[in-house]
Amino acid sequence: MYYNVYGEKVSRARHNEMLNAAKNRRELVAAGLTSRRDLWKMGLLTAGGMLVAKSGLSAQSNSGSPGSFNLCVVGNQAASPPTTPFVEKLVVMPQAMPVASLSPAHTKSPNTAAGEVRSGDDQAFDQFPPQLLYNFVQHTLNVIMSPQLPMQTVWGFDDSNGNATSPGPTYAAHYGVPQLTRNNNALPPASQNGGFGLPSTTTHLHNAHNPSESDGNPCDFYEIGQFCDQHYPNVLAGFSSTNPPNGDINEALSTLWYHDHRVDFTSQNTYKGLLGFYLLFNQFDTGDEGTGFHLPSYPQFDIPLAFADKVFDPKSGLLFFDTFNLDGILGDKFLVNGKIQPFFEVQPRRYRFRLLDTGPSRFYQYFVTDLNNLSQQNPYWLIANDGNLLPNPLQITSVRIGPAERVDIIIDFKPFAGKTIYLENRLRQINGMGPVPPAGFVSGQIECSGNGFSDILPAGQGNLLLQFRVSGTSVSDGSVDPATHPTFYSLPDTTATPRVTRTFKFDRLNGQWSINGQFMNCGAITPRSIFANPPRLQVQQNSVEHWILSNGTGDWTHPIHIHLEEHQILSRTAGLSVATNTAPLSAAERSRKDVSQLHPNERVLLFFRFRDWLGKYPIHCHNVVHEDHAMMGLWNIVPQGDTVLVP
Amino acid sequence: MDTSRRTLLGMAAMTPLAGTLLASKTRTTPAVDASAAARERIHERYFPDIILRNQDNKKFRFYEDVVKDRIVTINFFFSKCDGVCPRITANLVKVQKLLGDRVGRDVFMNSITLKPEEDSPKVLKHFAEMYHVRPGWNFLTGKPADIELLRQHMGFTNPDPRLDKETEQHIGNVRYGNERLMLWAACPGMGDAKYIAESIGWVIRND
Repeated sequence: MYYNVYGEKVSRARHNEMLNAAKNRRELVAAGLTSRRDLWKMGLLTAGGMLVAKSGLSAQSNSGSPGSFNLCVVGNQAASPPTTPFVEKLVVMPQAMPVASLSPAHTKSPNTAAGEVRSGDDQAFDQFPPQLLYNFVQHTLNVIMSPQLPMQTVWGFDDSNGNATSPGPTYAAHYGVPQLTRNNNALPPASQNGGFGLPSTTTHLHNAHNPSESDGNPCDFYEIGQFCDQHYPNVLAGFSSTNPPNGDINEALSTLWYHDHRVDFTSQNTYKGLLGFYLLFNQFDTGDEGTGFHLPSYPQFDIPLAFADKVFDPKSGLLFFDTFNLDGILGDKFLVNGKIQPFFEVQPRRYRFRLLDTGPSRFYQYFVTDLNNLSQQNPYWLIANDGNLLPNPLQITSVRIGPAERVDIIIDFKPFAGKTIYLENRLRQINGMGPVPPAGFVSGQIECSGNGFSDILPAGQGNLLLQFRVSGTSVSDGSVDPATHPTFYSLPDTTATPRVTRTFKFDRLNGQWSINGQFMNCGAITPRSIFANPPRLQVQQNSVEHWILSNGTGDWTHPIHIHLEEHQILSRTAGLSVATNTAPLSAAERSRKDVSQLHPNERVLLFFRFRDWLGKYPIHCHNVVHEDHAMMGLWNIVPQGDTVLVP
Repeated sequence: MDTSRRTLLGMAAMTPLAGTLLASKTRTTPAVDASAAARERIHERYFPDIILRNQDNKKFRFYEDVVKDRIVTINFFFSKCDGVCPRITANLVKVQKLLGDRVGRDVFMNSITLKPEEDSPKVLKHFAEMYHVRPGWNFLTGKPADIELLRQHMGFTNPDPRLDKETEQHIGNVRYGNERLMLWAACPGMGDAKYIAESIGWVIRND
């Protein structure tokens, strides 16, 4: 199977054309033939006078695609060498194991003498003393992503117990069991980065209700040889405010992930492998299908899946990252848990899958596909959005997520016993702007797509991500049947009057990404502080706010992430000023969220209740290329907040 | 150059294909040849060796003389731009002051005109004097086709082809990087000068 840079299937002949063009291009550069006339003679310059250099390598010399560097000309860029799909087993990341002690021992105040970099003292170390200690070391790993590609040097996490992987080991954490992770930077010097990645890191635990000093703030980075102790209390929101002393059970989290968040370099460092899962269990979501909500047992039938799209150099086969891209990066190879298009042998029963879009910029819409019966719809169950169990399971045939979003789904393989089926991404995306808008949508992005393009590709023509080989042997299944309509958590009430309603316009001026016309600024990085100086806004601790996210960038889609507290979407409104044409929320979106997609020309109204902790947190676009180019801002939680309406 | 590159890539290709695990459990020293190949790949992809001239009419090859082995800032502008350029240029003047004598020694600043037909070295000289620019900051012009090629290579483009043709809408980001260490990032040219100077400091490294 051959793919172009957008992950679309192309013929072998077409792929060869693309590879030849790439070769020509390299030879031209090597020969110093880069003038317009030379390129024109070689047929490498398009009619519009533009060479498709930014996104890669042009095949237009042979195929004669019309137009200039152009959205309408899709699929004319080759990148990665061909790989054979479904020859390698899915790898499930090992469970992270704790250590008996840390040396030197953790101290409540940052141990700067020993090389610790932390923004401040632990806020709740005495209240939630850690029962488990982890020693995570970030270092290089040599990995095989496909048997047809050379060994790749990536960055991963090592739990100091022999589990050194990328994605990193999976935490299986429990509410009521506070823990502490020492994150050590043992990365090699920058001269060995292989083309991208800054060996300066800060590990964010995405969606955790964590104190600021343990959040992994983008500005709290540390260098080679340094470390940061991060206290994870594993406590429900509301423990010191609305629902003392244990917090609100309806704020329970389950599928979190950790990833590097180094300001300006997050996209490179996560692409290089610095990410992993953090699962949070409790008395209902137990990890044992014999108890609680009876969800499929971890780890046998509860499988975290980290999706990533990457590019490999056609010549060397080595992982490549386009550091000069300002819009968003798409890969043509699809990886699940670090392998390109693996297969997974499953039993004919129910499995829980935790799907995570690790980015950098691609959105996915997941379908279950039987290549021998393409017209058949294959429904499955959505049970959690961004790791938050829904009030009840929803039966769906597909779900769309963007970078950093998660969905937990249950697939029952019983009807497929003896068959081979696929998890398929059928969402069409051609650049960093986001998914192609649906057919008929009035949009500059897709003015060229009126001729039959749709945002959803036909079954079997998308990206086959993961192959399921369902054994024919019937097995027992102690997990709950979602069709029996089990009840999980209720949605927290959102009727409280907000203290203030603030507006955040996500914008782009001459290619510069901004929020309300302002750019990311860490301010004073040293001396370290849990408070941003200056902050964009000050939220009052234990208060309710409404935040309006507004899309000033026209056709772009932005996945917006806000740290610390989850939100609920109250409404989506087309247009930027007048509150008309409010779109009904999908059932899947009637949930708690930590990333909300901001669609083209849209406003989204969010409900927040900020509780428990003090300190700085960011709001940012999680298309990490936008994030790294300043589409981020810091805000503080303080005892006395401000009422800045447009921060 | 071509021969040495082939040799290096050949060595990289000989990396053994051992191991089918998610990741090996041992720490490894990354191959130096892989990094050399990566550096060459970045050169090929982003830095065409076009000829440019600065405000003193001095000739520069873009890769060999401007970027190679250096810590640089690179942005695009034109002298008659009355959109975002004046603010960005004034901002970069502040950045130059903040970096002090590191500019011209550790860091080299480069502003490349998008209207080379208007911006001769003489015009650029006048422009630089108007902003009281100090040494270590080149204002560069060249053949229009070369400049366009460079702009495309460096990713200072707009994905909307109509906007991409409007010079007033040109990308206002400032790329900063360390060529030897393959560290490249960018920040908005209209951002806080103090923070831009701090960001550039992140790639001034000896490792």
